[in-house]
Amino acid sequence: MDAVVGLSRLQFAATVMFHFIFVPLTLGLVWLVAWWEWKYVRSGDEKFLRMAKFWGKLFLINFVLGVVTGITMEFQFGMNWAEYAKYVGDIFGAPLAIEATAAFFLESTFIGLWVFGWKKLSKKMHAAAITIVAFGTALSALWICLANGWMQNPVGYALRNGRAEMTDFGAVVFNGTGWLIFAHTLLAGFVTAGFFVMGVSAYHLLRKNEVPLFKASFRTAAVFALAAGILVVGTGDRQGVRVAKHQPAKFAAMESQWETEAGAPYTVFSWPDRRNEKNAFEFLKIPKGLSLMGFHDGSAVVKGLKDIPPAERPPILPVFLSFKLMVAFGFFMLLTAFWGWLEGKRGRLESSPKFLRLMVWLIPLPYIVIQLGWVVTELGRQPWLVYGLMRTSDGASMSLAPSQVLFSFLLFTLVYGALGVVDIYLLAKFSRRGPSPVPEGGRP
Amino acid sequence: MTFAVIWFILWGVLWAAYFVLDGFDLGAGMLYPFLGRSESDRALIRRSIGPMWDGNEVWLLTAGGATFAAFPAVYASMFSYLYTALLLVLFALIFRGVSLEFRAKDKRPSWGKFWDVGFVAGSLLPALLLGVAFGNIFRGLPMDAAGYHGTLFTLLNPYGLLTGALFVALFLVHGALWIALKTEGDLAKRALALAGRIWVAAALLVVVFFIVTPFATKLVVNYLVWPWWFVVPALGVLALVMTMSYAGRGRVGRAFFASAATIGLVTATGLVGLYPNLLPSRLDAASSLTLFNASSSPYTLKIMTIVALIFVPLVIGYQVWVYRVFRAKISAQEAETDSFY
Repeated sequence: MDAVVGLSRLQFAATVMFHFIFVPLTLGLVWLVAWWEWKYVRSGDEKFLRMAKFWGKLFLINFVLGVVTGITMEFQFGMNWAEYAKYVGDIFGAPLAIEATAAFFLESTFIGLWVFGWKKLSKKMHAAAITIVAFGTALSALWICLANGWMQNPVGYALRNGRAEMTDFGAVVFNGTGWLIFAHTLLAGFVTAGFFVMGVSAYHLLRKNEVPLFKASFRTAAVFALAAGILVVGTGDRQGVRVAKHQPAKFAAMESQWETEAGAPYTVFSWPDRRNEKNAFEFLKIPKGLSLMGFHDGSAVVKGLKDIPPAERPPILPVFLSFKLMVAFGFFMLLTAFWGWLEGKRGRLESSPKFLRLMVWLIPLPYIVIQLGWVVTELGRQPWLVYGLMRTSDGASMSLAPSQVLFSFLLFTLVYGALGVVDIYLLAKFSRRGPSPVPEGGRP
Repeated sequence: MTFAVIWFILWGVLWAAYFVLDGFDLGAGMLYPFLGRSESDRALIRRSIGPMWDGNEVWLLTAGGATFAAFPAVYASMFSYLYTALLLVLFALIFRGVSLEFRAKDKRPSWGKFWDVGFVAGSLLPALLLGVAFGNIFRGLPMDAAGYHGTLFTLLNPYGLLTGALFVALFLVHGALWIALKTEGDLAKRALALAGRIWVAAALLVVVFFIVTPFATKLVVNYLVWPWWFVVPALGVLALVMTMSYAGRGRVGRAFFASAATIGLVTATGLVGLYPNLLPSRLDAASSLTLFNASSSPYTLKIMTIVALIFVPLVIGYQVWVYRVFRAKISAQEAETDSFY
């Protein structure tokens, strides 16, 4: 049984992390493509049409992998986590079913219309199609984040008939935890798309290829990434407050806070020592910083890990490290986005090859930061599957043999690994190739 | 009528809608190596399902999601008991989706061949395995209070395989008619002729299925208690006959709709017999999962009913519209040039 739980966790983690390589770019890039297509519709300037097509092509390569790897996630709740599905399905199944009905249909149907409808639809209808896809992807993320938010902060249920039954749909839909996760995730997707577009544009600007097109792409993407980046910080701050209140163990692990104290300081550099229940070293303390961060109140009491039974603590080091790195990289990205916006505004992009080279190298960074963020959220939730309600060790399917899960895990690793290689190959190939020329008469 | 009964019906409707809609594009995928003799034929077949397959597949996701929300215990048991079979369906669907998207992205012949295999296998496996899965559900799963007593190979019993073959045959006819409907000239002619030939096999399988089912399953009990439900299989047979009748006269559009009705009615035949079970046990009737012992709370079902009443008609509305936008036949030239690139 333990082996099934362990392997199922490993498989879920691997498949969801792989899924989330594609989701952020999808969530962000679709809005930029829609923006440029509307600019084309409004202005008739073919530069914008070619931008919509070029970035749209990259969007599609990425989109399909997000879609197919998403099916895996829905299946796994039943395949590997049957006890979980039985226990909370009454309340947790609803957001997933609504996601499929209200959002997934929307994006999947209108993406086909957009890809194949260039000559079948009026310009406005065609731009509307990609805009609907954009709303569909965001709506999809919302319902999934509401489902996840319920696992972090279960609300609107009663324990009846040996399971968690929904008593208040409104509480599930307006669960602040889910909405904050959604906002943070969506905006992080915008940042990812911003950096992706800036990076690919920088690659072409370095080669003086299609300069006006890529300058325009870069400048829009910089504004997009900067604005979204500021809001990511804002939503992240609100999330900190929520986590401190609802998931004190996660909050304590994020900061490696061992002692319960009022007016707790924020420690900039430290290292957790789990065995001795203290930090190996602490360096640079900001007085009252942690209380301010967690409660927006300098004298608030922060619960320490020592006051949480060891069996209810998440793995401290990975949560702590992921959080610190996410924050550090996040602020670094905010600064570079600001720098990019400034360079673009002053018209100095082509004359800053060092900066452009940096931007090419930064394409992977948002992906890494987002994975770190999810490690904080999900590993920080442990040992709970549903915080305070159901333990992860109680959620796995009873009917499975470890060999079955081992087999599926290896298969996923193999197939996903290959798909990842193909995806990177295609993205790199079409990113490098640049936009295709427009034949006479426009609307290729 | 309770919400649980409404959701049993909706559950059936969602599965039937999935089989009817994805049926033709899975069928087209299976026929791809046989009908797609030239590169341009292959491009036409891919193009004929290009705008729709993704939207069709979401009906499967919705059927799964609805099972989760309305019958959590069924969702948990069905997916964990049929673990390896569903794993294969999953990989097939992944390969299929990626193949359709990536096939045209590189000109090397080995690249095209590789993704063609993905497309064909990714179309055959879900059709076959979902048929096998439903055959086994009709038959009852080897499960009792202690859990499940079977493996992937227990599913491959003769009745399960018969249902799998039936699904594959019906989808092949459906797919061939779709290709005949969406293309012109030689390809359309060959597709229509092939639909007629496969129809014979499909008709044979339907007859065998209807004869064997009362012996292999308990589905017939409901029909004996409420004989007027026999109208469902009867209409199924009628639709099957009409499929051939229209196809023979070259009325391809009508033949396609008749074939859609056949798939829907064959699915309904099984589900009427299944009621009120969703996952019957063949070992111990008390361990069967029914709409009474496996459904969500009335409150959840009420919420989900409202959601379904709002969104399902909306989805049908815009999907019908998209089908109308792409209603014209596809020319070879269009398939080559009118793609996104």
